[in-house]
Amino acid sequence: MRMVQPDFKIVIDQERCRRCKRCVFNCGFGALEFRDRVVPKPENCAGCQRCVCFCPEQAISVELNPLAFRPNDNWAPWHIKAIYRQAEDGGILLTGMGNDKPYFNILDHLLLDACQVTNPSIDPLREPMELRTYLGSRPERLEFENNGKLRLKTSYPSLLKVEVPILFAPMSYGSISYNAFHALCLASKELETLMFTGEGGLPEELYPYGDHIIIQVASGRFGVSAEYLNVGVGTQIKIGQGAKPGIGGHLPGEKIPKHISETRMIPEGTDALSPAPHHDIYSIEDLRMLIYALKEATGYKPVCVKIAAVHNVASIAAGVLRAGADQIYLDGFRGGTGAAPFITRDHIGLPIEIAVAVVDQRLREEGIRHLGTIIAAGSVRCSADAVKLIALGADAVAIGTASLLAMGCHLCQKCHTGNCSWGIATQRPELVRRLDPEWASERLVNLVRGWAYEIKEVMGAMGINAIESLRGNRERLRGLGLDSETLKIIGVKPAGAAMG
Amino acid sequence: MAELIESQMGNLICQREENRVVLDCYGVHYQELNARVRDLAKLGYKTIELKNVNGQRYIGTGIASKDLKIRVFGTAGNDLSAFMDGPMVEVFGNAQDAVSNTMNSGKVIIYGDAGDVIGYGMRGGKLFIKGRAGYRVGIHMKAYGNQVPVVVVGGTVRDFLGEYMAGGILVVLGLEKEPGEKLVGNWVGTGMHGGIIYVREEPERHQLGKEVGITDKIEPKEMETLGAIVQEYCADFSVNFEELITSSFFKLFPVSTRPYKKLYVY
Repeated sequence: MRMVQPDFKIVIDQERCRRCKRCVFNCGFGALEFRDRVVPKPENCAGCQRCVCFCPEQAISVELNPLAFRPNDNWAPWHIKAIYRQAEDGGILLTGMGNDKPYFNILDHLLLDACQVTNPSIDPLREPMELRTYLGSRPERLEFENNGKLRLKTSYPSLLKVEVPILFAPMSYGSISYNAFHALCLASKELETLMFTGEGGLPEELYPYGDHIIIQVASGRFGVSAEYLNVGVGTQIKIGQGAKPGIGGHLPGEKIPKHISETRMIPEGTDALSPAPHHDIYSIEDLRMLIYALKEATGYKPVCVKIAAVHNVASIAAGVLRAGADQIYLDGFRGGTGAAPFITRDHIGLPIEIAVAVVDQRLREEGIRHLGTIIAAGSVRCSADAVKLIALGADAVAIGTASLLAMGCHLCQKCHTGNCSWGIATQRPELVRRLDPEWASERLVNLVRGWAYEIKEVMGAMGINAIESLRGNRERLRGLGLDSETLKIIGVKPAGAAMG
Repeated sequence: MAELIESQMGNLICQREENRVVLDCYGVHYQELNARVRDLAKLGYKTIELKNVNGQRYIGTGIASKDLKIRVFGTAGNDLSAFMDGPMVEVFGNAQDAVSNTMNSGKVIIYGDAGDVIGYGMRGGKLFIKGRAGYRVGIHMKAYGNQVPVVVVGGTVRDFLGEYMAGGILVVLGLEKEPGEKLVGNWVGTGMHGGIIYVREEPERHQLGKEVGITDKIEPKEMETLGAIVQEYCADFSVNFEELITSSFFKLFPVSTRPYKKLYVY
C-alpha cells in the first residue's frame, strides 16, 4: 500500500518511441526504466522535464497526476500529501527552490511610467544609456583643494564597478555543481558584473575569475583562508537567506565528495553544518568586529552583509551599514534555496519589494543612504522586476533562480535530493558532466544582455538615460489595486495620481 | 630601507636591530598599527615587538608568513590572529575576544587569560592559554587533511565549550581554579560531530550536550597525541609535565558524526 501518490504521470507514446533509451539515460531520478520498452516509474518522477527535452521523437509527456481528492478549499492537496509523508517519517519536510505559494505579489501591481509629448522619451538605439553601477560606500561630503586647479581631497573608498546592475546571487559550490559554478564565473567575467560564491568557498581552479567574485564568509567558515579572502574583490558575510530566514545551512555528507571537501576544507563525507546564528555575532557591535576583521585581512576591500528580509528589516539594515558594511544584500521571502524546510520557505519573511522600499526609506531618513549599496534579491523573475526594485530603492539586483533556469533548471524543486537531471544541483559526476559550462554561460550572458536591452528600453521610455536616476525614483511607479496602507509603506502613489 | 620605515612609521616610535623591530603602540589606532605590522613583515623583519598594547584589535589578522614572530606586551584586543596563516604570536598579558578566529596555521601563546569565542572555526595551528578563557571556546573548530587545530586552556572555561565542533582537539587543564569553581560550564559540545575534548575533571552529565559521549578510557595513540600537546604546553609555560600527564583525563567525543541525519523528510 502506498499512501503518497506520485505527483506526475509519465506518458510514453509507444508508437512514436524508437527505443533509443535516451530518456532512461537522462533521468537523474530513476523514473524511467528500459525493459524491452521504456517503462515509467512515476513514483520517482520529479517533473524536471529532462526526458521530454531530450526525446528525439517527442514521444514523452509528463503530466500532473490528477488525484481525485474530494475538492476542499481548506485542505489543499499539498496539505494532505505533506501529512501523509510526515506521518510516515516524522521529520521536517524539506524542499528546494523558492516559495511557490500564491502570495500576493506587489511587483505585479506596480506600473511603470513613460513619457509622452511634453517630456520626450529617449531612443536607446541612438542615444547612450548608462547601466554601469558602482557598488559600495560613498563619503559623506567631498572636499576639494584649490591650488589654481581643483583637486579632490577626500579619499574615496574603493567601489566595485559593474556594467549592468544584475549580479549573480550566492549559490554555494556544493549546493550547485562545479560546472554550474564555473558557468557563473565565465558569465560574470563576460558581462563585467559580479557573482557571489555563497558559503562553499571557491575552487582553486576558478581563482582567475576573482576580479568578478565576491567571496562569502558565513557561520561555518567553509573554505575560508587568508588566500581565499584575498582572491575576490570583496567579501560577503551571510547572516540570513530569504528562503530560510533564521535557520542555517546543512549540506549532508553524501554531497561532500573529494573536490567539495577540498574547497570547503573539511573531510570528505562529513556534514557541513552552518548554523543560523554566527556564534560570534550577537549584536551590531559584534558584526562590526567581523566586518573590520575582514577588512583588515583583505586590505580594506568592501564588505557586503547579506540578510533575509524580515519584519524589522529597516532598522537591521541601518545597523548593518552603521557597523561598517559597504553593501547590504536583501533577500526576499520568495528567494530560492538548495534545501529548506517547507515551513520556513513558505511562511517566513517579507517580499523583497517591501524590504527594499522600507530599507531605502529608512536609510534616507537617517541620512545614511550613502553609507552603502542596496542589492535586492529574492525572485527577480524578469527585467521589469529589476526595474521596479531599482525604482523602489535598490542599486542593483541579484538573480539566482533565474540564472539556474537559464542553465536548464525546470523548477522541479528537488535540489535537496542531489539528483538534478540537468547537472545543476547535483554532485553526481555522471550528471554534472552533462552541463557544459561554456553552453550554460552563453545562455546566462544572453539572458542578462536581453534584460539589459529591456531595461534600457523602459528607461528610454521614461526619459531616463542613467540607471542612477531611476534609483529610488518612486515617482515613476504607480500602484494598481494596492491598498493605501501598502502604498504608504512602499512610498508609491496609486495609479491615476498625477506627478508632483 | 631604514629611512623608508622611519618615514612610514608615523607616530609609532620604533627601535630596530637586525630582524627585530619594536613599536610603541601607546594611543595608536589599530588600523595604523596593523598596517605597520604588515609593512614590516613585508620588509622582512622576523620579530615584531609591540609595546603598550591596550586593546588594539586585529593584531596578526590575515597575515600569512611562516617565520614571523609577533610579541605583544599589554592587552591584545579582539580578533587577535584571525584568519592567520603561519606566524607565532605571543601575548604577555591578557587577550580579549575571538582569538584565532578561523586561523589556518601558526601558534598563539597567551601568558594570561583570554575572552569569549576563542578559536572559532579554527582549522589549524595551536592556541595555548595560561589562564582562563570565557564562553564559547572552540566553536565550529574543524580539522582538514593534516591540519588539526589545538586549543589548550590552562584554567577553566565557561558555557558552550566546543559547540558544533567538527574536528581538532580542545584541552582544558584547570590548573588555575578556585575552590568550588567548575572546570567547564554547561552545554559542552552541543552539536558536536567531530574532534575530541580532553578535560581534567569529570563533568556532570547535565553539563554536556546530548551529542556528546564521555569516557576515561583514552586509546594509547590518542594518549600519545595528548601527551605531545601537553608537553609542548608545559614547556611554554614552565609547568611540571610529569605531574600533569599522570593525572586523570576524561575524553569527550561526538556520539555521531551525523547528528542531524534523521531530522529531515525528503
